[in-house]
Amino acid sequence: MFQFEFMRYAFLASTFIAITCGVVGVYVVARNFSFLAHTLSEIGFAGAAFAVFMGIAPLWGMLLFTLLGSISVGELSMHSDQKESSISAISALFVGLGVLFLAISNSNSRYATNILFGSIIGVDRQGVIQLVILSIIVLLLIFAVQRQLNFDSFDHIGAVAHGIKTGVIGVIFLVALAMAVSIGSQIVGSLLVFILLTLPSSTARYIGKTIPSMIAWSVAIALIGVWAGLYLGFITNWPVTFFISVIEVVIYLAAYFSHVIKHKL
Amino acid sequence: MILDVKDLTMKFDNKAVFQDLNFKLEKGSMTALLGPNGTGKTTLINILMKLLVPTSGSFKFDEKVKLGYVPQFRNIDAEYPLSIKAFISLNAPLIKSKQVKDQIHHELEETHLLDIQNTRMGEASGGQKQRAYLAQALLDNPNMIILDEATASLDPVAKDELMKLIQHLNKEHGMTVLFVTHDVPLARKYMKEYLYLNHGTVKQGKMSEFEGDYE
Repeated sequence: MFQFEFMRYAFLASTFIAITCGVVGVYVVARNFSFLAHTLSEIGFAGAAFAVFMGIAPLWGMLLFTLLGSISVGELSMHSDQKESSISAISALFVGLGVLFLAISNSNSRYATNILFGSIIGVDRQGVIQLVILSIIVLLLIFAVQRQLNFDSFDHIGAVAHGIKTGVIGVIFLVALAMAVSIGSQIVGSLLVFILLTLPSSTARYIGKTIPSMIAWSVAIALIGVWAGLYLGFITNWPVTFFISVIEVVIYLAAYFSHVIKHKL
Repeated sequence: MILDVKDLTMKFDNKAVFQDLNFKLEKGSMTALLGPNGTGKTTLINILMKLLVPTSGSFKFDEKVKLGYVPQFRNIDAEYPLSIKAFISLNAPLIKSKQVKDQIHHELEETHLLDIQNTRMGEASGGQKQRAYLAQALLDNPNMIILDEATASLDPVAKDELMKLIQHLNKEHGMTVLFVTHDVPLARKYMKEYLYLNHGTVKQGKMSEFEGDYE
């Protein structure tokens, strides 16, 4: 399958996306941000639709919207007791905007499907380079503050007690999360990018007992999903996103049930 | 003297939690900060830890003080994944030198957690968790340690184990201890001095001479 250029690009892009989402996902789950990750993917959809409307590449619209969205959701939920409802409100607003932008931009419905469900053929040489660079930026951002991020994500109260600037760390993480959502959407689509951000890392929590081991498992499980998904998509012509979702869910359920069996019996 | 508190006042919305507190703590002392719930014990600790700014007044720690602090609540649920060792290591550099590794080992040993260091925090008992919180704070190499309601949710056996550990830190390592609790019998058993916070003021003395108006 590697004789096709688009498959080589898709493979390279997915590899970096899986690594990025696998790493960021560990903190998404530790910080209880799964719902926020889901919302950000909807905000990303609106951003992509906005970009189509403006005639620019969807990735940039996504980045713009997810960055604005994550900061405002982060601010709102920090100062509000009703975190979930404020996130729901913002999410509703953005999905509505996304539908509007698509409608007034006269693009065909295929474009909307690509944004929502992802498209591997959509990634060209320039797209791959952008995705790889953005992935590296996200990873560098995480590694730059990793000690503080670890402490804050896994023991917020202890981190505060040790004088760690948890507010600053929170904002840096939201930026990294917004970027991870934007780049992840390019392959699996904005509707399902939260899969890569939550399922591999949730599975990793059942297996790993240290942060490095959870990150390793999370990345490995994300990689298995996208690689196998690409391969199966290639030979069956069914959507890659379908295979990625099913593989991640199956691995998650296997880990979950073996965890339950081990602890209940 | 390790801590000098002068005229410390804290008000929330013009309602005074406490007013003009004055007290001193000596090096090597082992003080119970007593008082009924809602009298501002945790507020006072948060001020000392610089997590809150007092309305007026001041406090000064000795220049050579190194504080260790074990806060009252933690968000550790049954599904919390990190092992006891990994949890304690959150308070260590990412890349650990041999010295840091040795210290983590030492604190695990000191808090009797060495044998269960690979148990997940979510699966540890209340007493084991409290000792892990303490071990995490001990990584800062403190010469004074502040514990906020560390025994509140523990069974009697776990309480005694933790208190003996704190006693050991005070006796063998000369660590100054400030121990917040509303459990007077426990304080009588283990602590040497008391600070009694109630009705917005503070009293101080030897634990053996403590006569609070609540118990």
